[in-house]
Amino acid sequence: MKPFVHVRPDSAADAIDAVAADPDAVFLAGGTNLVDHLKLGVATPGTLVDLRGLTSTAVEDLPDGGLRIGAGVRNSDLAGDPRVRRDYPGLAMALLAGASGQLRNQATTGGNLLQRTRCAYFQDVTTPCNKRVPGQGCAARDGWTRYHAILGAAQDAAGLRHCVATHPSDMAVPMVAFDAVVQLAGPDGDRAVPLGEFHRLPGDDPSRDTVLRQGELVTAVDLPPLPVAARSTYRKVRDRASYAFALVSVAAAVAVEDGTITDARVAFGGVAHRPWRATRAEEVLRGAPATEDTYRAAADAELADATPLDTEVGGNAFKVPLLRGTLTTTLRRLAEERP
Amino acid sequence: MTTTDLVPARAMGTPRRRTEGPAKVTGTARYAAEYAVARPLHLHPILATVPRGRVTAIHTTAAEALDGVVAVLTTRDAEALADTADREFAVLQDDEIGFRGQYVAAVLADTSETARHGADLVRVTYDEDPFRARLDPDSGELYAPDSVNPAFATDSVIGDVSSALRDAPVTVDATYRTAMTHNNPMEPHASIVVWEPAGTGGRFTIFDSTQGVSATRRNVATVFGLDPGDVDVISPHVGGGFGSKGNMHANVVLACLAARRVPGRPVTYALTRQQMFSLVGYRTPTVQHVRLGASPDGRLTGLVHDVVEQTSRIKEFAEQTATYSRSVYAAPHRRTTHRLDPLDVPVPSWMRAPGECPGSFAAEVAMDELATACGLDPVELRIRNEPDADPESGKPFSSRHLVECLRRGVERFGWSRRDPTPRARLVDGWWTGTGVAAAAYPANRAPGSGATVRFHAPAAGGEEHWDVEIAAADIGTGARTVLGQIAADALDVDVDTVEVTVGDTAVPAATVAGGSSGTTNWGTAVVDAAQRFREKFGADPSDGDEADGTTPETDAAEHYAMSAFGAHFVEVAVHADTGEIRVPRMLGVFAAGRILNPTTARSQLLGGMTMGLSMALHEDSVMDPRSGHVVNHDLANYHIASCADVGEIDVEWIDEVDPHVNPMGSKGIGEIGIVGAAAAVANAAHHATGVRVRSVPITVDAFLG
Amino acid sequence: MNADITLTVDGRERSLTVDPRTTLLDALREHLGVTSPKKGCDHGQCGSCTVLLDGRRTLICLALAVAHDGAVVVTADGLGRGDELHPVAEAFLDADAYQCGYCTPGQICSAVGVLDEAADGWPSAVTPDLAADEVVLDRHEIAERMSGNLCRCGAYAHIVDAVSAVGNGAVR
Repeated sequence: MKPFVHVRPDSAADAIDAVAADPDAVFLAGGTNLVDHLKLGVATPGTLVDLRGLTSTAVEDLPDGGLRIGAGVRNSDLAGDPRVRRDYPGLAMALLAGASGQLRNQATTGGNLLQRTRCAYFQDVTTPCNKRVPGQGCAARDGWTRYHAILGAAQDAAGLRHCVATHPSDMAVPMVAFDAVVQLAGPDGDRAVPLGEFHRLPGDDPSRDTVLRQGELVTAVDLPPLPVAARSTYRKVRDRASYAFALVSVAAAVAVEDGTITDARVAFGGVAHRPWRATRAEEVLRGAPATEDTYRAAADAELADATPLDTEVGGNAFKVPLLRGTLTTTLRRLAEERP
Repeated sequence: MTTTDLVPARAMGTPRRRTEGPAKVTGTARYAAEYAVARPLHLHPILATVPRGRVTAIHTTAAEALDGVVAVLTTRDAEALADTADREFAVLQDDEIGFRGQYVAAVLADTSETARHGADLVRVTYDEDPFRARLDPDSGELYAPDSVNPAFATDSVIGDVSSALRDAPVTVDATYRTAMTHNNPMEPHASIVVWEPAGTGGRFTIFDSTQGVSATRRNVATVFGLDPGDVDVISPHVGGGFGSKGNMHANVVLACLAARRVPGRPVTYALTRQQMFSLVGYRTPTVQHVRLGASPDGRLTGLVHDVVEQTSRIKEFAEQTATYSRSVYAAPHRRTTHRLDPLDVPVPSWMRAPGECPGSFAAEVAMDELATACGLDPVELRIRNEPDADPESGKPFSSRHLVECLRRGVERFGWSRRDPTPRARLVDGWWTGTGVAAAAYPANRAPGSGATVRFHAPAAGGEEHWDVEIAAADIGTGARTVLGQIAADALDVDVDTVEVTVGDTAVPAATVAGGSSGTTNWGTAVVDAAQRFREKFGADPSDGDEADGTTPETDAAEHYAMSAFGAHFVEVAVHADTGEIRVPRMLGVFAAGRILNPTTARSQLLGGMTMGLSMALHEDSVMDPRSGHVVNHDLANYHIASCADVGEIDVEWIDEVDPHVNPMGSKGIGEIGIVGAAAAVANAAHHATGVRVRSVPITVDAFLG
Repeated sequence: MNADITLTVDGRERSLTVDPRTTLLDALREHLGVTSPKKGCDHGQCGSCTVLLDGRRTLICLALAVAHDGAVVVTADGLGRGDELHPVAEAFLDADAYQCGYCTPGQICSAVGVLDEAADGWPSAVTPDLAADEVVLDRHEIAERMSGNLCRCGAYAHIVDAVSAVGNGAVR
């Protein structure tokens, strides 16, 4: 592990200045991913700027009826918040499906969004990875791809994919379905970025996970008021019943009136470089009858462009029928629930 | 014929809490890396990043320049070891690379952080040679080993199996696969080593995490050319092993090499979890071709079990996968074979029930397929093929209650209500079904254990007490507790007056905790010591009187086939839309001789079943054939069962006292619980879904159209 | 640049100087000789290092010591009162909810955390009614909540027995 300096500024503004001024500096929040990466040599910062006590740990009501979640709010506190449980149950379920009780006590809202892929090759500095070292190549695309993307992976001129990693967050999946907005503070002022635009697709530069600039700090995540979210859920399929990353996951919210779907929010986890808002599936669902055929059509619409990987070590073509089945069972359950 | 005189059971057979329980629940029981030693140095190794070739250069200057780095050991400057016949122990002896993840250098520093940083700074270059890292059942390099672990015949042929299969009205012919898996005890392999030179030689003190201090002493002495008496190994508490700490591995040699570089200073080396995937053994993947021939009423006429598995090119390990099929079911014509594919991979080794565990998966799923083919209940099929004597050797069984286990399970599990139709029960979106499998594991016994019994007269107002000393290992089995119970009964004293010392070469040498033989070997030595004590000192000994005993030779194995048996009953649910598989209910019924401590025995059997569940659903070391390394080399990616994966587990045993295995009437129980468990899950999954899965782990993919 | 920090460990105030890279786990094990929390994976993947950090169950292999100056740490060794074991530890002995014992201190700290969290009404991934104020700690709930603590000996069924025996919110 490379040596680094640990600093603890007095204010968020000082913290932002410290990171903005030093390209070798990074923020430290809950540490559950960063400390892991320090040990692996995946992260080699010169300075850790400790945010403890500098970001909000409050979940506040917004005037429009939405919620503002401080970046320092622990995953467990957010999952336990009565307003989240009542008005955005899919978010509480996603949080509770993530990691373990201990990790949820440590991980923060901001850190959860900024956690990096769990691609085994990304985490192993002895194998090539375009995300870790741009231009180095990708060991995953012809390797073990069980936890890798089937959607949204761009190819280079030779037809090779730059990066097939997935974003591992559970929390972000319902958040993106609910049109959450990320509040940022930076050296050049504050800005708000819709969560759906916050995480990037890999394109030709997978080293950048998000649109965040050096020194920019996530200060909060805003959830808009969203009545349909009160009937939301999160369904995660994994290789173990608990304490495992998603093979695929589905966050969904639907409103059904007289057998017709009047509103639908759908997002997928574990299948793309970012939490995947399933807009095509939503389009199919809105106005359609709440039937098996509709659910399958919604899945097929979203999966039409899926590009699963077939490799010697274990491909991920199974994720296509898996995601179809997971979306179907999730929508069926939601539609059957009485409001 | 020998019938052992059995020790009357008083403490034996009675539930008893673990002696070291309070220390374990507070965390004060000390494991290898936790000893307080003065000014320890920390070791961090550098591992080869190519699977085959040689080191061309090692750049250590940057590491050596770090403040706090005391030494960098490399293949270029490590001392020559006295004995490198075992290539696994030939650490840093030359530049040749036999597998990715092999030691090529190590940094010693005054803190763990500096050692790790130093290791990051060491640059190694290699010449790479072509290599093969993935098991290929059609490999042109397949060969028959001279024997399979530990000393079984590689092949066995009885009768004319080809004709039997050709003529059989009902046949099963299928290929089964089990994944490469890693033991992953929760305590990583770890040592603290001190080398103290004296004259031309010196002395090692090694706090180690091992299943056998005596074997570690012997191995270290051989490798370094020392008298075994000059190697002290201390290991009172071991955080699990499951075979990976049974054979010594290269990590101990590396720590010893480092310690000799810094005489007098303790060197601490605890492996990282990632390092454990290349350096401390694993279970080979297997490809097993099973063919069964039977009459329409299900009686086997022919049985073939052909196994292909891997070994490392640098050191052979041949798992005895097909031996399970040599002893469980009757069939007049039979054949078993083992072939090895030599690869440029880490050295495979023991993992809980080597042989029986993967072998029973293929054999017991094949029996389920035969039951289906014959239209028979799978329990009834097994009962119909119950042999009168060991099917290969013809020896009578010392005791065998497999049929009783099956019948008890039928009753307890509610099996008789089972509708055999597959894919017929959809409950709340989940296909549900039940399955059964048998289990068998040999009752092993080996010489080489000694024990001391010592009497302490009561001080004024106090109580008498007894020391029992034996270099056994308690890796979580409850050995310390059980040996106390055995000693108490052999001495005919109150068990609370017995104190047992294990895990230290300062006390009489003992065999490793392996092959489910610990209690047999060690308990027999303790009984022998106790009996000699009474012969010598009678009923009224004096303070300090002591007697030594050993595990006497016995010819029981010449006259009897000796095994423990069992039956697993499992309920499985598979989600109709997602293919997720869950195991809400397991029952294991075992016939394993006298159960000496029902408390710890239940835990061991339950633990074996849980590991079997884990094998069935989760465990899969993914070998990347392009690089020769296990990609998922940590506990986030290499899944072992979590608490939520385990439903109801019920463990039961048949009253059985075996008079031939040992004077306690017991058999080993450490491994029987895992044998057959994965097959029962696969069989239940078939009953639930109609999908016949012939490989483990069984994951969602198996059920997605 | 090393830093001086102070920790309260099992009721005792301890001052030490640490490298910024030192995790709280290594600070305890390698600097203070407190070896009750175990190192099983060092990456937050096994739960063996679980302690109560400022009152909450936490994996201290992922916590840098410098970032926790002033923290209050309770390990499995500090849960009991004097010579008296904590009821959860007693329950582990009663149920034989351990074998090798290596994951056990982490399991017990985690179980204490589970009981506290349930008493606070926190739901889990298997809670049927997210909006309910009270949590019923049945076997299913306990197993889910304890899943961040791996046990290779496979003592899970007994661990659930032990946590069940202590009961729903009986221990605060």
